Formats: sequence, C-alpha cells, structure tokens
Amino acid sequence: MIRAQLMMVMALDKCIGCHTCSVTCKQAWTNRSGTDYVWFNNVETKPGTGYPKRWEDNEHWRGGWELTESGKLRLKAGGRLRKLTSLFGNPDLPLIDDYYEPWTYDYEHLVSAPLDEYSPVVRSRSRLTGKAIDLRGGPNWDDDLAGAAELFRSDPNTAALGEQARLEYEQVFMFYLPRICNHCLNPSCVSSCPSGAMYKREEDGIVLVDENKCRGWRMCVSGCPYKKVYFNHVSGKAEKCTFCYPRVEDGMPTICSETCVGRIRYIGVVLYDDEDVLRAAHTPAEEDLVAAYRDVILDPDDPQVHRRAEQDGVPHDWIVAAQRSPVYHLAKQLELAFPLHPEYRTLPMVWYVPPLAPLADNAADVGFDASDASKVLAGVQEMRIPLAYLASMFSAGNIQVISEALGRLSVLRAIKRALQLGADVPDGLLEDVGLSEDDVDLMYRLLAIGEYEDRYVIPTAHREDVGAAQSEHCSLDFPGGPGMSEAVGGGGGSFFRDSEGTTRFNLLNWDGRSPIGETP
Amino acid sequence: MATTMQWLLFGVLPYVAMTVFLVGLIWRYRFDQYGWTTRSSQLYEKRWLIIGAMMFHYGAFLAIAGHVLGILVPEQWTEALGIPESLYSLVSKVGGTIAVVMVVAGLAVLTVRRWGNDRVRAATTGVDIAVFVMLWLMIILGAMETIGVNDFGAGYNYRPSIGEWFRGLFYLQPDPQLVTGAPLIYQVHITVAWFFFMLFPFSRLVHAFSAPVGYLLRPYVVYRSRKPAKPQKERKWQTIGRSR
Repeated sequence: MIRAQLMMVMALDKCIGCHTCSVTCKQAWTNRSGTDYVWFNNVETKPGTGYPKRWEDNEHWRGGWELTESGKLRLKAGGRLRKLTSLFGNPDLPLIDDYYEPWTYDYEHLVSAPLDEYSPVVRSRSRLTGKAIDLRGGPNWDDDLAGAAELFRSDPNTAALGEQARLEYEQVFMFYLPRICNHCLNPSCVSSCPSGAMYKREEDGIVLVDENKCRGWRMCVSGCPYKKVYFNHVSGKAEKCTFCYPRVEDGMPTICSETCVGRIRYIGVVLYDDEDVLRAAHTPAEEDLVAAYRDVILDPDDPQVHRRAEQDGVPHDWIVAAQRSPVYHLAKQLELAFPLHPEYRTLPMVWYVPPLAPLADNAADVGFDASDASKVLAGVQEMRIPLAYLASMFSAGNIQVISEALGRLSVLRAIKRALQLGADVPDGLLEDVGLSEDDVDLMYRLLAIGEYEDRYVIPTAHREDVGAAQSEHCSLDFPGGPGMSEAVGGGGGSFFRDSEGTTRFNLLNWDGRSPIGETP
Repeated sequence: MATTMQWLLFGVLPYVAMTVFLVGLIWRYRFDQYGWTTRSSQLYEKRWLIIGAMMFHYGAFLAIAGHVLGILVPEQWTEALGIPESLYSLVSKVGGTIAVVMVVAGLAVLTVRRWGNDRVRAATTGVDIAVFVMLWLMIILGAMETIGVNDFGAGYNYRPSIGEWFRGLFYLQPDPQLVTGAPLIYQVHITVAWFFFMLFPFSRLVHAFSAPVGYLLRPYVVYRSRKPAKPQKERKWQTIGRSR
C-alpha cells in the first residue's frame, strides 16, 4: 500500500547554531510542568556528547533495531516478553542526570535579602527538589566545542577517526546538528510501547503519543535510538515532537522551520510503499542502508506510482505536492541528503545535507581549485571535517556516498563561482559527479536561494470529516441536538457553551425575549 | 451472634469497599484517562528502583496468586483433585514465605528510596504516602500470619472459615461469625485490606489494571487515522473529551 509521509531535510551548511528553533519549539510545546528538561528540538555541536549525553552510543542505551545472526530484525533492547518482564524497572532508561537537572534561580532573594556588606546573588535551585545546586550540566553544555579537550572522545562518532584526533587548534572542526523526532517509517518507539499508545498517522506519517492511552511504562524513551521521546516527570506520560501537526495540517511549516534563521529546513511529502519498509530495514550490510532507504522513497512522477497512490487513497493534492517536494529532490533525486544513523534501522524521515563549508574555508590548503575538475573533487577527500566522521553519522560508515554528495555540492560552488567571475565552466565537471545542468539549477534554487515556497511544500490535511472531529469535543450539534437550537449564538444571545460543552443559560446577558424554559 | 461492630466490619464494610472500588475504577477510567499512569519515578533514580520494584511486583504476584488459591478456591475442590491438606499446607507455607520475603524486602527498598532520595521524595504526593502506609500495614499483618502463625505458630486453617466467609460475600450471604472465630490478626488484616481497596481507584495503583498483555499479540508498528470515528446520529449523552 502506498502511503504519504511528511519528511524534513536540513542543510547543515546553513545552520549557524543560533538555537532559535529550540527556543521557539520550547515556547510552543514544552514550557509546561514536567517538561523543563524536554527539548523536542535541540541543536548539538558535533563533535560533542549530544543530548542526552552520548545518546548515539546504542551499545549502551540499546535503542533502535538490530539484525540477529540469522538476519532477523529485532528490537535491540529485546523482544516483547523481555519488555514485559522488565516492565517494573526499565534497565535502559536514561536518568535525569543523563539530560541535566532542571533548575531555576532564586530571584526573590535579590529583593528580600537583608542589608548586608555584600550584594545578594541569585543562586540556582533545582526544579526537582527546590534545593540549591551547583550546575554540572545544562542544555548545550558543550556548545561550540566548550570543554572539547575533555569531551571530544565522549562523542561516539570520533571512534571512526581512530587515533587520528583532530584536536590541535589549527585542525579542529565542528558543525551543528539540529535534531527533532525523525518520524521514522519503522519507529522503534512505537514498537516498544507496551500499551499501544504510540502510533504513526496513516495520512502523513507523523508519530504521536496518545496521552490518554499512555500508562508510563517508559519503554519508548529507551526504545528510541535518537532519544527523542521524553518522560514528563510530573504527568508520568511520554511526550515527543509532534511535527507541529496543528500547523502542518493547515499547510504551515513546523515552528522550528518557520523561525529558522539560516533557512536550513525543507519540508515536503514523499510517497513510499509500506511493504518496502521492512525489506529496507533488513538490508544485511550497513553500508548499503542509505541506498536501501533511498529506494523506499518512490518517484512521484512515475505514472504507475501515481496510479497506485490514488488507488490507495492518497489525495490528489498530496500526490501533486509529492511531485513538487523539495525533500524528494534533495534526498532522492540529487542524493544530497542522508538519514541520521541509518544503522539504527528505523528508516528516519528527517535527513541531512552534510556540511561542506569548512572545506571552502581552507580550500587553498587542500589544493581546492574551482577551475580544475580533478582538484575540486580532490578537495573533498581532504576536507577539514573528516569524511569518516560524517560517514559515521550519516551513512553507517559508507564514505563513498558521503564523498559523492559533497562532490556534487562543491561542483555547484565551482560552477556558480565560474559563472559569477565570467570564467569558463571546466569541462567534465558535471559528468564527474553525475549532474545535469537542470540539476545544478535545482540545487542552486533550493540550497542557495531557498524561497519560502520552495522550501516548504506542505499540502493541507483533508477536512472532509472535520465535523465528526469537533463532535468528539462537543456533542451538541447533531441534528435536533441542543447545539442546533436557534438560541445558540443568535436569538437572545443568552445561551452559551461552557468549556465542558454543556449549554448553559446566561441570565446576565438575557435580552428578556428568548425563552428560558427551553434550556436543554 | 455477631455484635453490631462485627456486622459492620465483616458484613457491611466489604460491600461498601467493593462498591467504592468498582464505581471508583469505572469513574476514574471514564473521566481521568490522562491521570491513569504508573507515574514512575525512575527518571530520578534507577538502581534501587529496579531492585525494589522487581522484588515487590513479582512478590505481589505470588501473594495475589496465594490469596486466590487460599480464599477463592474451596477446600473441597483441592480435595476432589486428590490434593491432601498436608500438601496444600506445604505449598502455601513455602510460597507464602517466599512472597512475604520478596514483598517486604522490595517494599523496604522502595520506602527507603522514596524517603532517602531528595528527588523522589519531592515528587511524592499525599496519596502516595497513604498507599505506602496501607501497603505496610497490610503486608506486616500478612507476614505475621504467614510466618508467625503458620510457619512457626500453631497454624490456622483459614480455608473453611475465612475462605467460606469471603465466597459468601459474593453469594450475598455474608456470615461474619465465620471470621470472628479467626485469630484477631486475620480480622485486622481483612479490615485494613478493605480500606486499601477503597484507596485503590484514587491512587496510582490503577496501573495494575493496564498490564499491557496485549503487547504480546499486537503488530509492532501501530497505524491510526487522524479521521475520528463518526458519532452516532441521535445520542442522548456522550462523555466529553474522551476519544473512543
């Protein structure tokens, strides 16, 4: 069956690490009690420990899926029976200290402190216990490589660098990695939930928690290899990124995308056949995972795909949106974007265009020469950010595919630079990286210009049944029901609906004409 | 004849408690799905929770099984199966003692953790404290029966007396005199238990009724449509805000 999925791509070259996405997300979604440490969106400096600390080390946290020796896919933390027997104490759950102890400041003290020789200071107080604490961690504690001398090795991806540590100041490298929930095609959080409270929406693939069904078993928190399901420690329920579904249903981008200063984010629809998902997740060799994931995304211009999608109930405007989808172009057609840690086998649906910028920074050092085709590509191999490090994050160690994508990005620059300077475009450059001139124009339009309507192609949700949805909350407007009576909203203006949906009579505003006796 | 007090405790209280328990559970389930959770404190502290909660829960399962076998199953049934009283007694002593050790040790770990860990203590509500107090009262009394009376004491065959009385409650023929002959410790244990059941629907203990056994049979990935089910055309009343 062909389904539609909302997908996001982030072009990491453009991320300036300003955390605007995190802040607006927090203000929109997690400024409530029990979510003080919860960041549906966060931005990590790479290399870095991440949030929660060392989340990428799934040999320790045991999130996601793994292949058994016989080639079967299973949850890394164990199957159903194991989950149920360890229900009373989840051995893989991170502690609050693996995130950070949320705190506030004792501002009151500034005003109420008695006259003293010294000025009063605000002390940090734990939001958990109310006691004064010394801060030992916080959001982005290692932002911009702070403490990297000690923390560098705590990034699991640096293992890919072997002994070749790039810590000398001249050689140091970093980039930013904004992270939200990946709304995976094969979500291990949904699969880990004993209650069946988590689900993937049929229409757009958004993964949500049903707060009325969640019982707080916390298996999703540990089951997600990206640690993007959080436990609200006041309500005792799981919470996660909602892909801002109230916004995207109206055709607006998520709040993290909307407010992105660098305009790094792209949202669009992709089509996939749900029968291909498990096959891709079963791909034996990890290096083949990126290619397998790309194969799952179907070509929306293929007439057969188009026809099958319509048969399977994908609305026509969603298919049209899939044909215009910027994420389809970046992830599939141009093969520029990559899934984060494909080796977790969840088929994540937030992909990343790996960063190239530091190459150009010291281009001359590595022999980069925009006028010479061979040197453009040679430069990629000598990038400041080691390819092995990027491959460890985005391709399960497959350096080849990363280097090809970076090659295409650098060729785009070389060509645009040549045009700008009125120089000739070197021969053979496009053929070397397998791009057409149309592809280059598309890349330029998407990555460099990045108009709002090109970055976000989001069809609105179909509202044919919205009346039924409303009646869930307010059952009064069925034919003949009290909500259908003339008095509501009109007439004397004296009936009103309270927050519970019950119709009440407002004596204060009564105009004296409409009958009171008909109050339901 | 049973005194008025005995009638109240063993003839009336059980029905009050069962009503509060059932009506409370139904009410809570209908109107407080959002509050229906384990409210786990594992995020604050993990090591002792795993040790304590594992012991306590598995011990509690054993204890519940023992109560079912001892009180709900009539003596005649086990006899009909050819199980002699001596074998029943042995099973109940061994199983009961293991359950007592696990539950007491588990609850002790959990209690020390709850009061010893700043974060866990700060997240403790009044209802939680009431649950701990009731659990301790009930368990200490149960432990005294199992170990004090049956393992080392004279022993007491509760099956023809307390078991008979308990089953009689469900035939609507309560006979308090079957219980009033039992050692006082049994009578107190029973009375505390009824109060525990009255507390149950209003505490986090309700999570016991959400034991996720369906997980064993369900497909891994759950899909749901955002289209809600259509409401019936003519409905007299409907719960507000609860998804069907």
